[in-house]
Amino acid sequence: MISLRGLVKQFPGGVRAIDDLDLEIAGGEFLALLGPSGCGKTTLLRTIAGLETPTAGRVGIGGRDVTALPPGRRDVAMVFQDYALFPHMDVAANIAYPLRVKRVGRAERRARAAATADRLGLSGLLERRPAQLSGGQQQRVALARAIACRPRAFLFDEPLSNLDARLRLTARTFLKRLQRELSVTTVFVTHDQGEALALADRVAVMSGGRLAQVGTPAEVFQRPLTTFVASFIGATPMNLLPGRAEGGALLVAGARLTPPGPARGLPDGEPVTYGVRPEYADLSFEPREDGFPGRVGVVENMGTALLVTLEPAGGGDGPLVQVVVPEEGGEPALGTPAWAVPRTSRALVYREGRLLGAPVAPAPASAEPTA
Amino acid sequence: MGTDAAGLGRGRAMAFILPALVLIGVFLVFPALWTVYLGLTDYRLTGLAAAEPRFVGLDNYAAALTDARFGSSLWLTVQFVLGSAVAGQAVLGFAVAWVARGLRTPVRRAVEGLVLLSWILPGSVVAFLWIALLDRDGGTLNALLNTPGTAWLLDHPMLSIIVFNIWRGTAFSMMLYSAALENVPPSHLETARLAGASTACQLGDVVLPRIKGHVLTNLLLISLWTFNDFTPFLLTAGGPEGRSEILPVYVYAIALNGGRLGAGAAVSFLILLINLVFALIYLRLLRARNAPPTAAAPGGRGPV
Amino acid sequence: MVRHVLARLGVTAFVAVLLGFFALPMLWLATAPFDAGASIRVSVPEFTLANFRALLVNPFAVGSLVNSAVQAGGAAALVVVLAALAAYALSRVQVPGRDLLLYLLLLMSSIVTGTAAMVPIFELATRLNLIDTHLGVILVVSGGLLPAAIFILKDFTDATPASYEESARVFGASPLQILRHVVVPLIRPGLATIAVWTVANVWGGFLLQFILIRDPGLAPGSVILYTLYTEGGQPDLPLVSAFSLVYSLPVVLMYVFVSGRYGFRFHGGIKR
Repeated sequence: MISLRGLVKQFPGGVRAIDDLDLEIAGGEFLALLGPSGCGKTTLLRTIAGLETPTAGRVGIGGRDVTALPPGRRDVAMVFQDYALFPHMDVAANIAYPLRVKRVGRAERRARAAATADRLGLSGLLERRPAQLSGGQQQRVALARAIACRPRAFLFDEPLSNLDARLRLTARTFLKRLQRELSVTTVFVTHDQGEALALADRVAVMSGGRLAQVGTPAEVFQRPLTTFVASFIGATPMNLLPGRAEGGALLVAGARLTPPGPARGLPDGEPVTYGVRPEYADLSFEPREDGFPGRVGVVENMGTALLVTLEPAGGGDGPLVQVVVPEEGGEPALGTPAWAVPRTSRALVYREGRLLGAPVAPAPASAEPTA
Repeated sequence: MGTDAAGLGRGRAMAFILPALVLIGVFLVFPALWTVYLGLTDYRLTGLAAAEPRFVGLDNYAAALTDARFGSSLWLTVQFVLGSAVAGQAVLGFAVAWVARGLRTPVRRAVEGLVLLSWILPGSVVAFLWIALLDRDGGTLNALLNTPGTAWLLDHPMLSIIVFNIWRGTAFSMMLYSAALENVPPSHLETARLAGASTACQLGDVVLPRIKGHVLTNLLLISLWTFNDFTPFLLTAGGPEGRSEILPVYVYAIALNGGRLGAGAAVSFLILLINLVFALIYLRLLRARNAPPTAAAPGGRGPV
Repeated sequence: MVRHVLARLGVTAFVAVLLGFFALPMLWLATAPFDAGASIRVSVPEFTLANFRALLVNPFAVGSLVNSAVQAGGAAALVVVLAALAAYALSRVQVPGRDLLLYLLLLMSSIVTGTAAMVPIFELATRLNLIDTHLGVILVVSGGLLPAAIFILKDFTDATPASYEESARVFGASPLQILRHVVVPLIRPGLATIAVWTVANVWGGFLLQFILIRDPGLAPGSVILYTLYTEGGQPDLPLVSAFSLVYSLPVVLMYVFVSGRYGFRFHGGIKR
């Protein structure tokens, strides 16, 4: 549906915002472009829209090469971070604006605007100006305007980032249902990994103008291909601990660990990074050889669970290890000696920043509780 | 900025800019350049030299510099600028802005409104208001001061136009300083006051360092405008006997009234050069971001 | 304590003198037009509106108001349209040499004043047959006001997020549609500012009009008023006072209206 081939965008001054990027997005798919600020995700979205001209490469939409077409002839709709609702037009005129440009008659414009507004729960607000609306209402007007012109694809540039935290969750659910109902191909730019995981069919993680990993939310969460993706995805960051192979085992932060399948048979002394999510480790108060030793330094209550941070036992400068434990057990006392025991099946081993054993068939997404 | 958001394209952008540039080129830039040429000729409004002006080199400049009338006009202009702009408008404007902060709203509105009104009223109206005020026989000022028969415009022409220009132009300084003073954090003044600083100390230690850029900008702009101000002509027409003939009036008198266009152009060119010095310093300040951006547009030809 | 009282007294005295200084010349404008025995001195008026009838009798008074309106309106229209086009293009498109151009514009507009350029402007207008035409005044005045107008409007445009235009563009609007539907409404306060500023400048302007117009039938109010009190012996005080008031009201009302509506008090010396 949307196909990007060898795409390069170099700005005057030499910054390469997009660096030789290939990506295929299927019809009806919801793709999240995820990455830290400055990674090129917004530039990529704007290049798909036609607001930026690529330095090299092709952009295809619906089987048609649109690289040379102006934005208005690509048949896409874009929702901007600030919504860009025209302040001098009322809600109805805003929603109907794409139709006005397409020279749809006034009566039909009004009818379609009213129908779209109705669908998005905006029917009582048609006569208001954007300044008289709440943030959530403005966001829905922007969506309505995008929907009203029935585009082939939606391009969303962080449309939830201007909402407060609680409203953002409601808007997220609303957006996902809407996209399912309309089944229009959607590209959604965000820097919020939770948003990307929750909304998208596939997540494309970007870094430095390149794609670090493209996969289902379950894939990028459970098997991040690089330490960059591993540290970027997840509400609580993955524990990434330096270690080395020795005698068929891995020595990491004071623990002697059985290597997971792909990391078996490493030569002795090979330096690796051992990764395990705080959700995939258990806390033991009995000494364990396969656990990272430490003392309970910080306990953060996350509602349904506790995030426990272990500090090195001697007070030295070893790495901190975090474990998520169920809240039923009660909060462990600060200073208690404890061992964080990773689940070997969930552990990931990286060599030179890349996952050993990748690529691997995606793990089943449903079985494991994530928090 | 710089992203062509509407997809205008360079060609159309140039077409958008061109009409304005043509008008500016023909009626602003070209006259300035032509001044240079005219100043080197003996061009006259009428007579033989009108039909066939001769190139006379620097004669006009030599004549101007040795002309006592030019010298006196230049000196009067310096008095006018220093007296009415630097000492008058700038000081009074700051005083009004400073005092107005502490006034109750209605009083403050009245003060600011009156000062602004004197700025807004058309030049020929205010000129007559002052002619009436200063009139020898029936003027209100003489009635108030009990000095019947004092012909202010004839006996004290420079003082009259200086006070007139202070009255007319203080509003700009007041507004600029009001804006500047709003940027002085009240906490700084309160700190100084708690430490027991007098008003003079507060001004010197806290306020002035923060509004230095505004002060400079203000002085430059009001000096430039006052230097080019033609309005005193409406009050005294340069008289009596040239005793209030500041440079703008002098140029008008010799070139358009006296018909010596070449000589007038030479003096005009000197005015342009002096303006250039003011403007270059001002733009330098703007670039160094020492000057407030609010004054980025000094606006057209100044008082015309 | 004593110091405090003295300071208060000082401030009060200063404010009183200030009010007197600024109000004194204006009192005549408030009383004389309504005074049956209008004299040069401020006095409690013997109320009448007969002075305004003098305006209708004078052959040039009413016509000069029309001339002022034509010249001010024409210049405002020209300046707003040309400055808006240029400012938009300069704000949004990376035209080669843009920064230098802006710098030169600002420089030229500051140094080429009516005073410094009156000789060549008179010459130019003579050769282009623009003496004694409204068009001459409009063109010359607009040329002088345009650089600053472009600057002010470019500020307005720079402060407007580009996403409005981009949004319209993605929906398929052409550049000219975007200008009409989106940009013009968004920068309307700026356009109003420039229009008012131009009108005020031309309405109050004297020197250029004085040079460019010799025919009293075409002269604007500022020039006619000047001739009313300088030519022909004793000024006709009922006429001068009524005319002064009528000529002042439009600009004052315009300021009150605009500052009430758009709330600008100060934009780069908007008057000049």
